[in-house]
Formats: sequence, C-alpha cells, structure tokens
Amino acid sequence: MSDPLLSVRDLSVTFDVRKQGAWPWTPANKLHAVSEMSFDLQPGECLGVVGESGSGKSTLARAIVGTVPSSNGNILFEGADLANMDVRQRRVHRRDVQMIFQDPLAALNPRMTVGQIIAEPLITHEPSTPRAEVKKRVASLMERVGLLPNLVNRYPHEFSGGQCQRIGIARALILNPKLIICDEPVSALDVSVQAQVVNLLMELQRDMGLSMIFIAHDLSVVKHISDNIIVMYLGRQMETASSRTLTTAPEHPYTQALISSVPIPDPKLEAQRVPALLEGELPSPLAPPSGCVFRTRCPKAQASCAGDRPALHDLGNGHVVACPFHEPVQVLATQAG
Amino acid sequence: MSLLEIKDLNVTFTTGDGDVNAVNGVSFDIDAGETLAIVGESGSGKSQTAFATMGLLARNGRSSGSVKFDGKELLGLNASQLNKVRSQEIGMIFQEPMTSLNPYIRISEQMAEVLTLHKGMSKSDAIKESVRMLDAVRIPDAANRVRSFPHEFSGGMRQRIMIAMSLLCQPKLLIADEPTTALDVTVQAQIMDLLGDIRRDFGTAIILITHDLGVVAGFCDRTLVLYGGQIMEEGTTDDIFYQPSHPYTKGLLEAVPRLDRADTELATIAGEPPDMSRLPKGCPFSPRCAQVIEGTCLGQRPPLATFDGHRRRACHLAVSEVA
Repeated sequence: MSDPLLSVRDLSVTFDVRKQGAWPWTPANKLHAVSEMSFDLQPGECLGVVGESGSGKSTLARAIVGTVPSSNGNILFEGADLANMDVRQRRVHRRDVQMIFQDPLAALNPRMTVGQIIAEPLITHEPSTPRAEVKKRVASLMERVGLLPNLVNRYPHEFSGGQCQRIGIARALILNPKLIICDEPVSALDVSVQAQVVNLLMELQRDMGLSMIFIAHDLSVVKHISDNIIVMYLGRQMETASSRTLTTAPEHPYTQALISSVPIPDPKLEAQRVPALLEGELPSPLAPPSGCVFRTRCPKAQASCAGDRPALHDLGNGHVVACPFHEPVQVLATQAG
Repeated sequence: MSLLEIKDLNVTFTTGDGDVNAVNGVSFDIDAGETLAIVGESGSGKSQTAFATMGLLARNGRSSGSVKFDGKELLGLNASQLNKVRSQEIGMIFQEPMTSLNPYIRISEQMAEVLTLHKGMSKSDAIKESVRMLDAVRIPDAANRVRSFPHEFSGGMRQRIMIAMSLLCQPKLLIADEPTTALDVTVQAQIMDLLGDIRRDFGTAIILITHDLGVVAGFCDRTLVLYGGQIMEEGTTDDIFYQPSHPYTKGLLEAVPRLDRADTELATIAGEPPDMSRLPKGCPFSPRCAQVIEGTCLGQRPPLATFDGHRRRACHLAVSEVA
C-alpha cells in the first residue's frame, strides 16, 4: 500500500473551560473534545466520520485543517507534521486541505458575488494569476459543479441552499486541493437536493482523484459515500471499519445501537427493526467516565470497563474496535439489493 | 365522523414581494386513534397546514377553507375560543424543544399553568399531575427534576417535557411538527418509541409532520405527500412506499440513501424546490418532473382524484405510467 496522505496518531484536542466568575489563577477544567484518535487516510479514499452531537467530529476536522491546535499527538500530512510547520509549509497545507461547511448560506460572504467567492482562494494563494485566467477557471468550475456560469455576478442570497452548497464546493476545489474535509455538507438540505450534492461530491472525488473526509451524523449518507467509517463517541474512536463491514457486522455495542436506531424507509423492514435504546444521557465531556466512556450506557458493561481505557483490537482489514467484549451482530433486518 | 376534517385549506402570506401561497387547497381527514404522516420538503406547506389548524399563523398569514375538529369549525375562532381547543383537544409539539419552552420559568410552573388554566386544578394537584406525566415520558427522578429550568435538560429530555406538556389535558389529537429533526439518531429512536407508547396507552391520534421517510415508514398508518403547498398523493403508508403513484413520491423514495442496501448511485430529482411566490400555473412539480407532458402539466393543475377506492393522487399521468 502506498504512503497515506494523512496520518493521525494519538491526536487529542482539549479546550480550557473556566467557570464564569472563576479567579484567574484557578486551574481551568479540561474539556477533552478529541482523545487519542489514530487513523490513516489513503490518497483517493473517502473516510466517513459519524457520531452524535458532542462526539468531537467537527473538532477533529478543525484540527486537521489546522484551525484548532492539537494538545497531544501528531497530524502528519504527506509525512510533514502539522504542529512543526513553518509559515511557508503551513500556507501550502492550507492550499492542499480545503473545507466544505454545513450551513451553505452562512459559509458565504453575503457582500461578495459568487465569482468573487469562488476566486478568492485562488487570488489569495496565487496572486500572480492573470485576471482572464481566474475568470476562465471560475467559469469552468461553476459549470463543473452544476451552476450556470452566467450567474457569476449574483450574490449568495439569490441562490437556494443546494446551489449555495455547490458554490461552497466550487470554492473548495479551485486550488485543486489534495484533501477535502466536508463537515455535515448535506444535513441542511432537502432530500431531493441532498441526493444531487452527494452524487456531485462522489463524482468529483472519482474524477479528480480527491481524498475526502466526510463528517455527518446521518449514517445512511456516510455509508453511501465513504470507503471506511470511523464511529466516534465522546471524543473517542469506538470502531473503524470499511463501510460495508461496519453496517453489516458491527462489533462495538455503540455502533450496534447507532445502526439499529437508523430508521429505514421501508414499512415492512421497519416493522422488524428493534432499536437498541440507549439508557441515560450523554455524559459531560468535562468529566467523562473512567475507562471506557461508553460504559455508563452500554448494555454489555462490566465492572472491568471502569478500569483501564479499552485497547483497540485489530480484527484485520482495517477493522479496529475499542471493546474487549466485541462480537459481530447483524443488526439490519435484511441485506437486499 | 372523522376527528379532524380539513377541507380546501388555503394559507396565504402577505409579504413585501407580493402574496405567497403556502398551502393551496389541501383536504384530508384523520380518525380517532389514527396516525397520519404529512411528508414534504421545506416550503411544501406541511408546517403551515398544522399552524393554520391550530390558529398559529404568523401575523401576515391568513387562512381560508374549513378545519373541523369533532364537527366544530376551528377557522375563524377568536383567541380565547382557540385557547380552549389548544392543548385540551389538540396538543402540539414543535421541532426545536429549547425555543418552545420559556427559559426563565421552571418546568413545574410551565406545566402546572396548563392544568390550572384548562382544568381549574389547584397548584399542588397540578404539580403532582405534571410529575406523573413526566414519569410517563420517562424523565428519571421526575419528582425532583420538575423544579429545574429548561436549560438543565438535554435536547432529548426537553422534547420529552414538551410531549408531557402537550399530553397533560389528554388531547384527542397530537400534532408533532418535526419532533425529532433536531435530535441525534439514538435519541430520535427513544422519542419515536415514546410516541408509539403514547398512541397505544392514550389512544391519541397523531399527525406526524416530517421530511424523514424512515420515521414515517415505521410509525404511520397513512401518508400524505405535499409539494408546493398541494397534496401530490395520499394512501396507506404501505401503498405510498411500495406502489407510489406520483413521480414526486417515487423520486423522493429513490433519492434517499439506505443503510440496508448496497450502494448504487442515488437517483436525483433535477432542479430545486419551488419558489412559493412564483408557483407554476399547472402542477407545482412539473418543472422538475422527469415525465412531464409539456402542454398539459405546465398549463393545468391536476385534480386530486380518488383511485383504488381509498387512495388519492394529483397527476395527469395514468397510474400505470408512473412505474
């Protein structure tokens, strides 16, 4: 196998949280948003990250882009450590890694025209590009993402959500990046438009050989688009596997609960589905449970789970699970199609 | 007689850019104890149909047609008459549980208010009843937590409180407007499970408004598909999912990625949802429809016709052509 494009080792991101009105010298509480994550991303691969709100998936994205400093561990992009980059390397990194955001309208400057928005990264990173060349590239890219090039002088508010997301995609692609990080790119869109954007992303990824990290809470969408999926819970990696393995034979109790909770648009299959309802609430990330963070809600939890943090068990073929009591369970009713 | 009968409901908003027709001639009914899904994308008029029923339209909105609950006309009632209907006869839960609860007032006060106002209960009885209802929606340690403020609960818990509050007067009908859209999928599973129990234990009829076809498949007896403020199709949930008779329903079902299927390319519906202030003269779906008949579909609005005995559809194509 070739060298990974991105390699994350023991990555932790913590935030200092001070109580309101606390003395300046009181030590801050540490919020562990991401804790000891490790994974590789091969060139041309799409890696899905799923987890519920508060699982740290967006913080992970931000750490990889470099907008949030990591507190521990390494992020190696093409072998270079993000933490040790000088200004020049960092600029190159910013070119190579682009991001697509959740709220398509909020991610676009309302006072700039579509053309200016899409051209901005190019003008910032390659200021010497002739204007005519910039125009040509913007027009061809707009066409590529399914926008009429004659809309170049319109403003974002004149577009619908789906079109705004296409503008965001065009902006992310203009520098020919190596890695695109999509943070919930379709969750604000209607079903019919969501399918258009998912298809566009998959097509672009295939045609341009892009690597992609696709973050979403909707497991069905992530499974559709990704080669491999990481399941996160409270900042930790619970299970990583190919999307097919993860959905057909999940091994971690949390993954199993997650998959069994996803409703399937088929009345007969829905009648058979038995969601594994999780007890209790998501614990506070300020005081996560000792040992395995999922143990407070886990149906298989035992006394030993409170002790050491569960090691990652490697089951081969990139399937990794952080639970000593793992066993494959077929959660979905059938595997039609 | 049906519990709720809506006939030819129209909702229009007056805006600076002219009138927006959010709901155009929607008619349907729901029987006691039944669950009906109203499915549609943003701007399809699904929420405004519910708001018009409850008399909750924004100030620039007006409704016409007829909404009969238990034989009594609701449209045109004044605020105090409507207040009797709301919560006592029809309960409603909303999408965003945080913004529907008053952040400054304890849960106990917010819930007891409903009972003292509608049932004339004493404060202490009302709080006792509230605790009982919070227990019923499985809020742990309800007797103590009833004194908390809304921000002390998580999103899923707040939605449970909303459900408990809407059920205090045991309404015959519960309208749930996207009750799980803002929630995580494991919490969604808990809430849908709870709504299922409520339907069983209290015999409440439920109108579930959602864009999530998966939730509909598991929960509802009948399904109504809206687009551009009009009914595209209505039938039992099995009919809608296994034999869709409208190109829009069919397209929608094929556009959803499914966890239980091997990956194939998603079918898409071309174009964007309609601009409600500039709806086409004919079928609202015609500009995006793959099977559009040029003259007919764009020019004439298809009538909502009954077929197969109990199903309704609004499409110029024959049922056999939509396959």
